[in-house]
Amino acid sequence: MATGTTRLSRWHVLGAALVLAGVLVSAALFGAIDLDWHRVIAEVVAQLTGGVSPLTEQESAILWQLRMPRVVLGGLVGAALACSGATFQGVFRNPLADPYLLGAAAGAGMVVTGMVVLAPHTPASFLPVAAFTGSIGGVGLTWTLGRSAGSGTAHLLLAGVAVASFLTAVQTFVQQLNTDTLQRVYGFILGGLATTGWNQVLAVLPYLVVTSIVLCACAGLLDVLALGDEEATSLGIRPGLVRALVLGAASLATAAAVSVSGLIGFVGIVVPHLIRLLFGASYRVVVPLSLVGGAVFLMVADVVARTALAPAELPIGVVTAFSGAPFFILVLRATGGRRS
Amino acid sequence: MTRPLVTTALCLRGVGAGYRGRPVVHDVTVQVPGGSWLAVLGPNGSGKSTLLKSMAGLVDSTGELLVHGRPVSTMGNRERARAIGYAPQIPALPDGLTVTDYVLLGRTPHLGPLGREGPSDLSLVAEVLTRLDLSNLAGRPLRTLSGGERQRTVLARVLAQQAGVLLLDEPTTGLDIGHAQALLELVDGLRTTEGVTVVTTLHDLTLAAQYPDQVLLLDAGEVAAVGSPSHVLTAERLARHYAANLTVLTGPDGHPVVAPVRGH
Repeated sequence: MATGTTRLSRWHVLGAALVLAGVLVSAALFGAIDLDWHRVIAEVVAQLTGGVSPLTEQESAILWQLRMPRVVLGGLVGAALACSGATFQGVFRNPLADPYLLGAAAGAGMVVTGMVVLAPHTPASFLPVAAFTGSIGGVGLTWTLGRSAGSGTAHLLLAGVAVASFLTAVQTFVQQLNTDTLQRVYGFILGGLATTGWNQVLAVLPYLVVTSIVLCACAGLLDVLALGDEEATSLGIRPGLVRALVLGAASLATAAAVSVSGLIGFVGIVVPHLIRLLFGASYRVVVPLSLVGGAVFLMVADVVARTALAPAELPIGVVTAFSGAPFFILVLRATGGRRS
Repeated sequence: MTRPLVTTALCLRGVGAGYRGRPVVHDVTVQVPGGSWLAVLGPNGSGKSTLLKSMAGLVDSTGELLVHGRPVSTMGNRERARAIGYAPQIPALPDGLTVTDYVLLGRTPHLGPLGREGPSDLSLVAEVLTRLDLSNLAGRPLRTLSGGERQRTVLARVLAQQAGVLLLDEPTTGLDIGHAQALLELVDGLRTTEGVTVVTTLHDLTLAAQYPDQVLLLDAGEVAAVGSPSHVLTAERLARHYAANLTVLTGPDGHPVVAPVRGH
């Protein structure tokens, strides 16, 4: 039997499940009202087993209607952004590719801002679909411009910077059209999970479940794509088809995340790199473990956002930038800037 | 009497190939019997790599190109990948992957829709690693390998594909003469023991005289000569097509030895 493989083992899955569950419950402990950790755990166990709740009605409402949806949404958004980031890095064969650098997030942000400003009564469940069009548009524009300039990844990334800047400029222009919605738009730009309820969780859950399944199923093909189109074709796959499928899924995941949480940066770069350093470079482990790592990263970041300046809240995008930027520099130094 | 078609692994009749309507190779006709070795030779830019890519179905081609009697153009991608293994001149080696991860990519055309390798795939890769003396490097990241180890790893990936035809574009690029010899001996051993058919491009004409059964000399995309090494590799022909001053000696094993001669 071959040794030296980088594959997902049952220990990875078990460890990831335990860490995820631990962070999920721990994150729910933090907030303006102090809830004892042992009572929260007893409550979770009671809910799972149908036992008697140890919490008062008010405490129960705080836990299940305020904190849990926020924590869960944070996890879903983090999972989506990290998994998309890993996928973009695989497709474009560049470690700096992420939803933000390729215009996916800027496109989604522009469309959502447009909806908030120009059609404020749009149902929340429609926002992921609208954001998806912007996300696909952003990546498509980046791809087209990058390929027209040259075949290198530098061309692609420069095109991504240009497209993201342009779409952000359009977004800024649109937001200035209606000063009544400025605060809401700014909140969106900085990113946040503050207004979260179960409705928002349910609005994005179907998109994120489907895209996660597609991306995890295609993770092995990202390793094949890393050989370049010619070798990938000689191994029997259709690179164009695989790219279209995974870019579509990653853009939809990004769009769904952006539509409910606003623009939260660095998750898509930091988490996949950390997973690579810890568990190996094969996308067969990077993609699924980025899902879990992204969820954990954003749930922890949200706890910091909620508690660092309590009772005031920091935008979560600020927290991820504070922790993500220095971490990213460390990763760059540790890897010597090697390609993914 | 003509040779039965089934013994011909590769058959090219009037094959032309190129990129986006720009023809590079014209009217190539050659037959490669199963288990034999064809070397494609020629000066830089003569179309060697393009011809190899056309055999792998990676570039547009015209004419008739058969693998084990079946037209390559009618094969699906996966079916073609199970029949033809291809290693480019400069293979991409994603530096974070381990040797085993990389070699396992050769199993891609044999995997199901979810792409999970089974125990048989892992066993086969372990066998290939052992055969190519790579077992001790199995868990090593590709970026830590030497040039010779990298070339053997690429060969292992192609072998893991279990294709009957191996197309190797300049497999000795960047290798010193010892490593180049070792790699070609390895390929020759596989050809003998496994019966695989080998097509390589080669720049070193002396090595090209020693290993292949037949050589095909290309110049400006046209076939200048095809036949046994001793028939094709003559001083007059090579001097003409390579625009070089050289002489062809006879080595101690009877094979031609191509030696450059400094002009005056």
